[in-house]
Amino acid sequence: MSNAFPFSAIVGQEEMKLSLLATAIDPAIGGVLVFGDRGTGKSTAVRAMAELLPPMMQVPGCPYNSDPDDDCHCDLCTGHRPRGKLAPVPVVDLPLGVTEDRVVGALDLERALVHGEKAFEPGLLARANRGYLYIDEVNLLEDHIVDLLLDVAASGENVVEREGLSVRHPARFVLVGSGNPEEGELRPQLLDRFGLSVEVATPTDLKDRIEIIRRREAYEQDRAAYRKRWASREGQVRARIRRARERLDSVSVSDDIMERIAELCVALETDGLRGELTLVRAARAMAALAGDDVLGLSHIRGVAPMALRHRLRRDPLDESSSGTRVERAVAEVLG
Amino acid sequence: MNAPAMAPERLNLPARTVALLAIDGQELGGAVLRMGPGPEADEWLRALRHSLPADTPWRRLPASIDDDRLLGGLDMTASLAAGRPLLATGLLVEAKGGVLILPMAERLGRGTAARIAAVIDRGAVQLERDGMTSTQPTRFCLLAFDEAREDETPLSPDLRDRLALQLSSQDFENAQEPLLPLDPARVETARRRLGEVECTAEQLQTLCGTAQALGIDSLRPAWFAVRVARANAAWAGRDEVNEEDLMLAVRLVLAPRATQLPELPPEEEPEDTLEEQTPPEDQQDPESEPPDPTPPSPDTLPQELVLEAVRAALPPGLVASLTSAAARRQLRARVARGGPPARALRRGRPIGVMRGDPRKGYRLHLPATLKTAAPWQTLRRGTIPEERAGKLQVRADDFRVVRFKSRQPVTRIFVVDASGSAAAQRLAETKGAIELLLAESYVTRDQVALVAFRGTGAELLLPPTRALARAKRELAGLPGGGGTPLATGLHAAWELARDLERKGQHPVLILMTDGRANVCLDGSTGHEAAGEEALQAARQLRAAGWDSLVVDTARRPRPRARAIAEAMGARYLPLPQAQSGGLSAAASELETTA
Repeated sequence: MSNAFPFSAIVGQEEMKLSLLATAIDPAIGGVLVFGDRGTGKSTAVRAMAELLPPMMQVPGCPYNSDPDDDCHCDLCTGHRPRGKLAPVPVVDLPLGVTEDRVVGALDLERALVHGEKAFEPGLLARANRGYLYIDEVNLLEDHIVDLLLDVAASGENVVEREGLSVRHPARFVLVGSGNPEEGELRPQLLDRFGLSVEVATPTDLKDRIEIIRRREAYEQDRAAYRKRWASREGQVRARIRRARERLDSVSVSDDIMERIAELCVALETDGLRGELTLVRAARAMAALAGDDVLGLSHIRGVAPMALRHRLRRDPLDESSSGTRVERAVAEVLG
Repeated sequence: MNAPAMAPERLNLPARTVALLAIDGQELGGAVLRMGPGPEADEWLRALRHSLPADTPWRRLPASIDDDRLLGGLDMTASLAAGRPLLATGLLVEAKGGVLILPMAERLGRGTAARIAAVIDRGAVQLERDGMTSTQPTRFCLLAFDEAREDETPLSPDLRDRLALQLSSQDFENAQEPLLPLDPARVETARRRLGEVECTAEQLQTLCGTAQALGIDSLRPAWFAVRVARANAAWAGRDEVNEEDLMLAVRLVLAPRATQLPELPPEEEPEDTLEEQTPPEDQQDPESEPPDPTPPSPDTLPQELVLEAVRAALPPGLVASLTSAAARRQLRARVARGGPPARALRRGRPIGVMRGDPRKGYRLHLPATLKTAAPWQTLRRGTIPEERAGKLQVRADDFRVVRFKSRQPVTRIFVVDASGSAAAQRLAETKGAIELLLAESYVTRDQVALVAFRGTGAELLLPPTRALARAKRELAGLPGGGGTPLATGLHAAWELARDLERKGQHPVLILMTDGRANVCLDGSTGHEAAGEEALQAARQLRAAGWDSLVVDTARRPRPRARAIAEAMGARYLPLPQAQSGGLSAAASELETTA
């Protein structure tokens, strides 16, 4: 059915791959922003990652993909306790040119016109519930669409009050955005909604570049065969994600480690507590991925730049990259 | 190159491009043609059209296209007639399997370009508009005619990156033979052969290496080069890529994208390239077939030969501009032809709908109007005569119109005097003042652009951007010295502002000068003549009617700068007052009154 490029066949771009794996292990991390040059395979990686997500239990036909145990108010789920089925995690695209009504949901035009009924037609936010919402070229998204996202991404609930409708429904999703910084910067409020932020650059190593082109060649020649060749590798990654998810709850964090994380955030003057929370979550996901039961400094070092670089108090004219600033602070505080 | 048969300039590039696009146009994405309309373009298009099967879709995409027509949306007429929402197909889907011609590609907005790029990437239009959801697969060959002059912004780089081939008007002049349509049967044979054509590991390495040596960061061009080489081999009826294919790929795909000129590699280079063939560390990769350990066979091109050929193929002007330390586009000031254009219609950006009367100049928002009318249909049907009962009942109250955001995107154009007199005065303080305004622009999400003038010319140091760190970098590196070609600087600002206004933006000019001009438009010196020219240029700016501010950077405010401000119809602010508060207040005032 799908013919996405295999995740494990992506050459290099370790930080990007790691950040996507982290959200697959713990969706509560709150999404990834991938910023970088054109032609670096940003959206390839996001679509590849979608293939690796273990299926989840959901009520078939429920517009909000709710779990049978959820308290869902849609027509299907009210009244009786529906049976769940394992289904793929939704990865929903928010394409440029989307109109407001399709994002939040609106009056169902067909039912209104043909039957004169007032019915709510859920939008993309509903479809992305419990899954991923992916925005390519996120910095080109119109401001009025961004406004709609900001509240929902923070509250996990979509409240629709329009066209005589009054509807609220859950909309918890992992927000993944990608873009090219040359097209403009992101509003700080939107930046804050992303748990992690990674920067990608084109590989400069000729060997890597050749390998990328070679793999792309092979993939374009025969996508199905190529995917088959990588199937066992993909299976391994999928199994790693599953094991890490199982282990996640048992990863313990000592008081000492929490203190070090707090120190790091103080040293960097990050805004609010979200930085600390995200850092702990991402580091735990890394520990779980590595098969460790105790959160250590190495796990924090690995994810500190992606968890904090977009949360630094911004000096618009500072030239040193925020990633460098985080690394410097990590070296000072964590040693 | 000593083998003339291989020299790409001997090839008829336009004809070759027709063949490549006819064979593999959709995978190659298309072509950028740096030329305007004319007999050459017509002939080329005709040749391509007749080389394709007769039923191939052939569409034109105007740069001003809106989302409804580009992507699709609610089909108004059909929906009204049918009484239920129906989907109208967009142009990108109509062009499926065919050719899409984009004239005046430089006029295409960033947003539209990004939408097209997304469709090319996905191979489908994903529609989420006006209550409709659909995914419609489409692939097409986009031919972008980019007429941007040197001082104008060309087609969006994101879209350019996705179109494999690049041709210039020079390539057409070099082609001697007339362009004839190709035999469709031969095209079809080549298309079938395409999958069989082999490109060896060394050839792949040559192309990737060349791309890197030319400073091409994106990986798409390298990938396109491989495809072009294979398509050319297929066209020639070969199953193996040869030197000529590689040269053509370099010439059509890589050379036009060069951002640096390769250094001719030193002697030991070939050994390096051999070392790079060591197998990847990751031996488990299912496809890491051991790379061919044999050295490049005599008939594969060593990379340096390719590079040398590129050097030869590049037009001399390009070489000069690339070899100059900063390969920036020079802003060539020109005396304007005719007056400034009529003020562009205020467009703004749609931010929603409101109740309103479309007859009063608002734009009707049909989906919203239908939605408003919809719940009442059952009720209204009861109150009207029988013969009209099947029709949709829309009342005046139902009309919904598009609400535009009143504030257009603002671009602040800093026009900075970097001449000797200014440097001696206080270039540093001017820089400080600009930095304050930059920080301000960051908060309001405005764009900034930087034009500097000194010596005999003006230069666009920073094209409009929101990347303020870059703005600061350019500013810090701004050298001072030389004469003061004030009129040249004003002309450059005029052209940039006009360009922006045509794109629906709102330019705001901030001129920082002491008002002392001493270099004329033609490069000659003389206080009086230069001053007169500057005043004339300033009056021309006034006629354009943009909001502007003149900051007098002289140590003691002089009447000269004030005179320029008056001629421009600009606000005047001497720098002593232009400290933090005053300056940003003055600049933001400009926009609120805009």
